[in-house]
Amino acid sequence: MTDVSERTTDVRTYLRDWAMPHVLCPGCAHGIVLRSFLEAVDQLQLDQDKVAMVAGIGCSSRLIGYVDFCTLHGTHGRAPAFATGLKLARPDLDVVVITGDGDGLAIGGNHLIHAARRNIDITVLMLNNSIYGMTGGQAAPTTPEGAVASTTPMGNTEPNFDACKLLMGAGASFVGRVFAANPIEMTKVMADGLNHAGFSFIEVVSDCPEYFGRYNRIGGGAEMLNWMAVRDEGVAGPLSEKRFVSNVTATVPAPALRTGILQREVRQVYAGVRRADDHES
Amino acid sequence: MSAAQLIQGNEACVKGALAAGCSFYGGYPITPSSEIAEHMVRAMPEVGGVFIQMEDEIASLAAVVGASVAGSKAMTATSGPGFSLMQEHIGFAAMAEVPCVVVNVMRGGPSTGMPTSPSQGDVMQARWGTHGDHPAIVLAPSSVGEVFDLTVKAFNLAERFRTPVILLYDEIIGHTRESVVLPDSVTVVDRVRPETATEDFWPKKAAPDGVPEMAAFGDGYRFHITGLAHDARGFPTDDSSVAEALIARLHGKIEEHTDEITEIETHMMDDAEIAIFAYGIVGRSARAAVDRARADGIKVGLIRPLTLWPFPDAQVASAARQVDTIVVAEMNLGQLIGEVERAAGGQAEIVGHLRADGEPITPTALRDVLAKFEGANA
Repeated sequence: MTDVSERTTDVRTYLRDWAMPHVLCPGCAHGIVLRSFLEAVDQLQLDQDKVAMVAGIGCSSRLIGYVDFCTLHGTHGRAPAFATGLKLARPDLDVVVITGDGDGLAIGGNHLIHAARRNIDITVLMLNNSIYGMTGGQAAPTTPEGAVASTTPMGNTEPNFDACKLLMGAGASFVGRVFAANPIEMTKVMADGLNHAGFSFIEVVSDCPEYFGRYNRIGGGAEMLNWMAVRDEGVAGPLSEKRFVSNVTATVPAPALRTGILQREVRQVYAGVRRADDHES
Repeated sequence: MSAAQLIQGNEACVKGALAAGCSFYGGYPITPSSEIAEHMVRAMPEVGGVFIQMEDEIASLAAVVGASVAGSKAMTATSGPGFSLMQEHIGFAAMAEVPCVVVNVMRGGPSTGMPTSPSQGDVMQARWGTHGDHPAIVLAPSSVGEVFDLTVKAFNLAERFRTPVILLYDEIIGHTRESVVLPDSVTVVDRVRPETATEDFWPKKAAPDGVPEMAAFGDGYRFHITGLAHDARGFPTDDSSVAEALIARLHGKIEEHTDEITEIETHMMDDAEIAIFAYGIVGRSARAAVDRARADGIKVGLIRPLTLWPFPDAQVASAARQVDTIVVAEMNLGQLIGEVERAAGGQAEIVGHLRADGEPITPTALRDVLAKFEGANA
């Protein structure tokens, strides 16, 4: 368990001061998520020169602009593919992908499941805010049925993905889910994911008060964080307690979500087709 | 020199890549390019490189860009439909200035088209397939030996100018086996690595020639790479003057160095009154047609660009001032002919000999085109 007293470095060491101010909205929990991640990097004492972060397009992806690592801001949904080439060419790097729910599950779903299937040794943090934030609040594959978005003004009529189940099905050897309201658990699971040899997927349930919160009358950042606090052991409550009322479908209860490490197994790590004696490099 | 070997164009491409120092291949199967992947999977481990078959062509070029960012010389190969999927990352590589080589072994289109038939239908896609204003370097070999040479050149130009380079040839060249003698060694160009202190390094601060030095991830320089418009520090900006300077520099670094890029072959042009403009496999038919017509007294010559983009404006303009007629022969319904007309500026009559039915343009067909000029200047 993370103890703040264990921290050896100020996490600002890992930030690019010169790149501030950031683009995130007031109340957005992505900053809390980033801090929890940097705490994990610090706990593990990863070499700052050897951490490479790769991202796609969206609010969560913009986080990598503010961290003082090697950072590759690629194209929409393709971060796992960029990261795959990067990791294969430089196995000594700790490669971390930050993606969002639209970036990772819609346009980038194919890349994500294949990276998981290969079990390449990268860590993917998928920040799920249930909506497309950067483009103005459109429905995502994670938007709950019945929820309002700018492209579902009468309520979403599509079922949503359970990202963790999807990734477990794809063969991810480490799958975890954490809530932005629980930074200590976030850091712990992220550290475990970073330490895991093989493909690690961590769904971080974050928030979007600006669009999702406003459209669905949940409130601002504080209300959304309260809403996602863990109620029962290992099960977070927000979506299970909120019932989205749709004009199109009946009232649909969103499922309760288990948190913590949901899957962890030892599997052959993918290193590409290369000389046998290069595998350990 | 090495001994002669009987190899196909796609094998020559792999040998050229190895000679140039390629150490990463990421690709997705597609006819008629797949032999490149099938040879690369054996070749890469031998040179300490890596091969990966990705989930699609979008991912293939993304992985190539990732490997290049990590310091590797990296390439992919595909054909028309896959090339369309790669356009997103050709643009990314142009904007982020990531060296890479993309091979497109052209087949009949549009859409799934004629997968096992040749075409030159992707010439404009190679130039304008990705969105936005960007420079392009596109090379077009016309023989197995030239595939080797231009693959080496593609890597060298990619490294020299930090840009994607496209190698464009058709199914015939890809699959034809020819006897070639490959050189024992070739000139290899590597990207310029920074030597400045890590804290002073700005990843997009260009040298006087317009090309920034390129650090690899993991070498101690911590920096940002983005496809967003960015400043010299590599960080996104919406300052229009900064964006304008970036786009101008991306174009300038190519357009101001065409002397290092442009390659064009001429044959029998000294006293020519007619010219055939042809590239790739058609360039060979055209050469044979020129030789036959010359034997019959027709004063015809050949202009064969090995560099399609940047387009050899000056060379075409010069030829247009000399000859009365330029016959443009290409296996499409008219792609480079428009560029020839533009560059010729009305100085010569431009006649097209075009076909897009999956069949090659033969020497006999071109000799027949020249027949109407027979007697006119004999």
